Amino acid sequence: MKKTLYDKIWDEHLVHENEDGSSLIYIDRHLVHEVTSPQAFDGLDIQKRDIWNNNSIYAVSDHNVPTQNRASGIDDEISKLQVDTLIDNCKKHKISYFDLNNINQGIVHVIGPELAITQPGMTLVCGDSHTSTHGALASLAFGIGTSDVEHVLATQCININKEKNFRINITNNLSSHVSSKDLILHIIKIIGTSGGTGYTIEFTGDCIENMSIESRMTICNMSIEAGAKSGLVAFDSKTHDYMLNKKYSPNKKYLNDAIKYWENLVSDSDAVFDKTLSFDATDVLPQVTWGTSPEMTTDINGKVPNPDDENDSSKKQYMQRALDYMGLKANQDINSIMLDKIFIGSCTNSRIEDLRQAAKIVEGYKVSDKIKQAIVVPGSGHVKAAAEKEGLDKIFVKSGFEWREPGCSMCLGMNNDSLLPYERCASTSNRNFEGRQGDKGRTHLVSPSMAALAAIKGHFSNVIDFVNEK
Amino acid sequence: MKNKIIEGQVIPFDQSNIDTDAIIPKQYLKSIKKSGFGPFLFDSLRYTDPGDLSTTKKRNINSNFVLNIEPYSSGNIILANDNFGCGSSREHAVWALKDYGIEAIISTSFADIFYRNSFKNGLLLISVNKDELENIFSEISESPKYNLTINIQNQTITTPSGQAYSFTISDSDKERIILEYDDIELSLRHKDKVKNYEDNMKLLKPWIFEKNND
Ligand code: SF4
Repeated sequence: MKKTLYDKIWDEHLVHENEDGSSLIYIDRHLVHEVTSPQAFDGLDIQKRDIWNNNSIYAVSDHNVPTQNRASGIDDEISKLQVDTLIDNCKKHKISYFDLNNINQGIVHVIGPELAITQPGMTLVCGDSHTSTHGALASLAFGIGTSDVEHVLATQCININKEKNFRINITNNLSSHVSSKDLILHIIKIIGTSGGTGYTIEFTGDCIENMSIESRMTICNMSIEAGAKSGLVAFDSKTHDYMLNKKYSPNKKYLNDAIKYWENLVSDSDAVFDKTLSFDATDVLPQVTWGTSPEMTTDINGKVPNPDDENDSSKKQYMQRALDYMGLKANQDINSIMLDKIFIGSCTNSRIEDLRQAAKIVEGYKVSDKIKQAIVVPGSGHVKAAAEKEGLDKIFVKSGFEWREPGCSMCLGMNNDSLLPYERCASTSNRNFEGRQGDKGRTHLVSPSMAALAAIKGHFSNVIDFVNEK
Repeated sequence: MKNKIIEGQVIPFDQSNIDTDAIIPKQYLKSIKKSGFGPFLFDSLRYTDPGDLSTTKKRNINSNFVLNIEPYSSGNIILANDNFGCGSSREHAVWALKDYGIEAIISTSFADIFYRNSFKNGLLLISVNKDELENIFSEISESPKYNLTINIQNQTITTPSGQAYSFTISDSDKERIILEYDDIELSLRHKDKVKNYEDNMKLLKPWIFEKNND
């Protein structure tokens, strides 16, 4: 039978099929962070269970860490306890941990690929929904809850049901200054936040083939926002090149075997998908979310939609509630929306290419005096170092951005970086839920270059026009 | 065969895409425990003043929020619209619902990770179709005091008027709720199979098991 990429990785990791249709799947890599792990380690202790394979686990603190003045440690005592608990658990179980002063520290989904902890064909889990990011390297990666973190620690397996196959095929290339962030927001707008529920999505087509690995990560990252636990992109020469010469790249003596194995990580040409969506990349314009769900997205040239145009009464109510929360009016032009804060960062858009795109826009301009704060938070110590080597930090600082230490930061505001009530933010992160970036804060999701342009202008504006007029 | 019956007041929460950030906001994720999240369930909707783990003063109640309205304030079954539990994988959301006293949630659909987390903690999720959901919503709006009876073994929901709806859950999820079994214990029964698989893979894909550095 012809297999999809998902089928292949699934079959390769199948240990046991249960009578009820669920399966025990072997997990190759387990990433751990401070927020969703303490209760899992605690559970092991209570049951006096051992960790199955501590070599398969890599841990890092990212959600709760300060992005300034790291030398003085973590002020917030509750956050500090959580980070210290992870450190203690890693020491006790001999798990690799990257501390705050280590160049390998960063957002768990940035460091996994960057250090080649994630490799093609692997199964990878983490107690974090954006684990879908790692699928860009042709690995089957998905987020799990804390009970499953404990389960994987103890058994190296997870008991799950197989998902269905969903193929999203994108032909042609994105226009210049339209990014993969715009593409994935566009997709979520089409299929909705539950359009991928129960499926693993494989992204295919020349648009994806011509795209860098980092751009692919942005797309897989937000698959979860379309309801799919995993996104996938097939192995190709770009994946091949990406995997070489990284900290945990396969040992040289096995590299040829690994490559041979990886080359099979593509869907068979006539594999059958349960669902398919195809569209043309040239239709995609820069996107801005206007509401409190990632599906509430429109083109930069568009307007805030009018709930009165919606026939379904519960949808109408939901839209109205979103507009009230966001402090927007129906039919308002998107580019009339004025902003208070700008956040460039998160596991969606904090890699070197993202920072380059943003820097290109702000270079030679100043952040608008209407903007209270604009911050750039690189995804990892390595991203930060690479950006500084290229002088991107200087460009940002010169134009009025703050240049920070790596972490999740204002994506969810567990540390000091958050929105105050009613503040409005152009953010390169992935969730615009009520209160996500701070109680009553208002989030608009955009690409790095759109966020950068919003910083200069003080409001949203079309980055394509801006570059063309320059 | 053992059974479990859940009975109680329904809380009509007429919204779609209720996300786990709303169920338990981030400031409470700093806790390293599994318990004590109940008072913070739906925190920013339930209270009008902000709070965090160190808040000791009495909070200001948002009297318009469904959990604060009689008779829903004593409810144990949530009724909500599509895609309940989307967003973050935080299991704290389920711990908060359970700790508050929620025993079942009825909706047309649930997000995948939330679904798993719920059954792992003995929280029953029931999917019904759009018509059934709307029926129940409209009955509650007519008579707010509204008790449902959920029979897990028979997979039925019975409304106060005696109407019964059936629902599907997998046998294993049913057992998780009724017998509260330990998933890890069950998986470890296949320990030898896992070991065999692993030994085999160590030969076939050694690069996965040998750390290159460190
Ligand atoms: S950057 Fe945001 S979405 Fe990504 S792991 Fe951190 S908190 Fe989650």
